[in-house]
Amino acid sequence: MASKQKNVTPEQQKYQQLQQKHEKQRPVLKNCIRAFFVGGLICVIGQAISYFYIYFFNFTEQNVGNPTVATMVFLSMILTGFGVYDRLGQFAGAGSAVPVTGFGNAVISAAIEHRTEGFVLGVGGNMFKLAGSVLLFGVFAAFVVALIRTLLSMWGVL
Amino acid sequence: MLKGHQSWVFENHPMITATGVTGGPFEANGNLAKDFDLLFEDLWIGQDSYEKAHRVLFEEAIKIALKKANIQKEQVQFLFAGDLINQITPSSFSARTMKIPYFGLFGACSTSMEGLALASFVVNHQGANFVLTGASSHNAAVEKQFRYPTEYGSQKPPTAQWTVTGAGVALVQKNNPSQKHPVITSATIGRVIDMGLSDPFNMGGAMAPAAADTIQAHFRDLGLEPSYYDLIITGDLGRIGHDTAFELINKSGLQLERRQFQDCGLLIYKEDQPVQSGASGAGCSATVLYGHLLNEMKKGKYQRILVVATGALLSPLTFQQNETIPCIAHAVAIEMID
Repeated sequence: MASKQKNVTPEQQKYQQLQQKHEKQRPVLKNCIRAFFVGGLICVIGQAISYFYIYFFNFTEQNVGNPTVATMVFLSMILTGFGVYDRLGQFAGAGSAVPVTGFGNAVISAAIEHRTEGFVLGVGGNMFKLAGSVLLFGVFAAFVVALIRTLLSMWGVL
Repeated sequence: MLKGHQSWVFENHPMITATGVTGGPFEANGNLAKDFDLLFEDLWIGQDSYEKAHRVLFEEAIKIALKKANIQKEQVQFLFAGDLINQITPSSFSARTMKIPYFGLFGACSTSMEGLALASFVVNHQGANFVLTGASSHNAAVEKQFRYPTEYGSQKPPTAQWTVTGAGVALVQKNNPSQKHPVITSATIGRVIDMGLSDPFNMGGAMAPAAADTIQAHFRDLGLEPSYYDLIITGDLGRIGHDTAFELINKSGLQLERRQFQDCGLLIYKEDQPVQSGASGAGCSATVLYGHLLNEMKKGKYQRILVVATGALLSPLTFQQNETIPCIAHAVAIEMID
C-alpha cells in the first residue's frame, strides 16, 4: 500500500490523501461475517462427510481426515470447473479461501487457465503457481513446529 | 500542426467515416449493447484459446469497418493498433491476417486515443488516404495476463474494475466536404505521471492524475475553456478515479461541470452487473467511443467531445517487484462540423 512506501514526494503525498477520500474501502466487518458463516458452513459439510466415512466405511477419527480432505478438494474442483467457486469466493472471501477447498480451487483454476498452453508447459508448469507457495511454506512451517515439539519432548518439557 | 507544448491541431479535419465495434457476452448484457456491431455469445468465439478469441474480436471489428466504408483492405495504408497482451500479439496477428502495413502501439488502455491521434496526424499531413486504428481487450485473456486465473476464488475489492471484452476500430480518412462525418480537430499527447500508488486493484486512483494532467494541458495548449465541449469523457477511470479526477481538475481552476464529465468505464455496463468500480481495458474506450459516442454525435446529441483515454503502464512483474504504477492519458477532440 502507498502508506508503506518510502521516498514519497510531497506532491505524491498530497495526491494520495486526496485520492483516499474517494477510495472505497473494503467492507471489512461484512466480509468477516460472511467469511465466518461460509467458512463455517464448509467445515460443517466436511464434518458431515467425516461422520459419513466413519459410519459407513470403518474409518476412525484418526484416519478419516484423508478421505474427507480428498472429497472436499474434489468437490471444490468440480465447483471450480463449473465456474461457481470464484463467485462464491467474491461473496465469501477468506471463508472459501482458507479451508482446504480454497487450496483445491487455487490448483484447478490455474490448471484450467493454462490448459491452452498444453499439458506439460501449461497445466504441469502452472497448476501450482498459486498453490505452490502454500505447499512450500506449509511444509516448512510443519517442519519447524515438529522440530520444536521434538526438542521440547527431548528436554522433558512435553 | 503543433500548438502549445504537447498538442496537435488538425486543420485539414480528418474524418472518421466508418467504425467496427465487437463485444462479448458480458457486453451483450450491458448498457450499450445496441451500439455494438457484432456481439459474440461465447467468450471463446469459436477458438481454442482466449488469445485467439481476442485476435478474432479485433479482426472482425476491422472487417466491419471496411465493409461499412465499402473499401478494400488493400486501399488502407496503415493500421495503428494495440492491446494489453504480451508483445501485443492479438493486434500484430490481426495485422498479419489483414496484410495492412502496421504500427503496433502499447499505451495500455490509452492505446485507443494514442492510435487515433497518430492516425489523424498522418492523414492530416497527407501521409495516407485511409488509416485504420483501434484497440481491443478480452476479459479472460487480460485477466490471465495481469491477475489471477479467472476461476480462482479471490475476493476483488470495491476498487477493482472489470476488463471489457471488445474491440473498436475506426477508419480515418481525408476530409470530404460532401460527406458529413465526425472529424478529428485536435489531440493532446500525455506525459507519464506517477503519484506513487501501487495497488493494481485500484487503477482508477492511479490513473486519475494522468487524466487531469492531460486535460489541463489540452485547454492550456489550445486556449480553450471546458465549456467548449459538450462532453469530456475519460476512458476507464471507474467510479473512484473519475471522482478523483473531477476534483483534481476543478481544483486546478478549470470550470468543469459534472454533467459534461463522464467515463466510458461507467457507461458500458448496467448498475446491477458485478463490476465493482466500473469497466477497464483497452477495448473500453475504443468500443464506447467508436460505438455509442459516435452514434450519439450523429444523432445530434453531442457536437464536440473530448475523449481522454487513460492507461496504467504497469506489468505483472513491476507490480510484484513493488514498483508504483506510472500512468498516461491521451486526449482527442472529435466534432461534428456543418
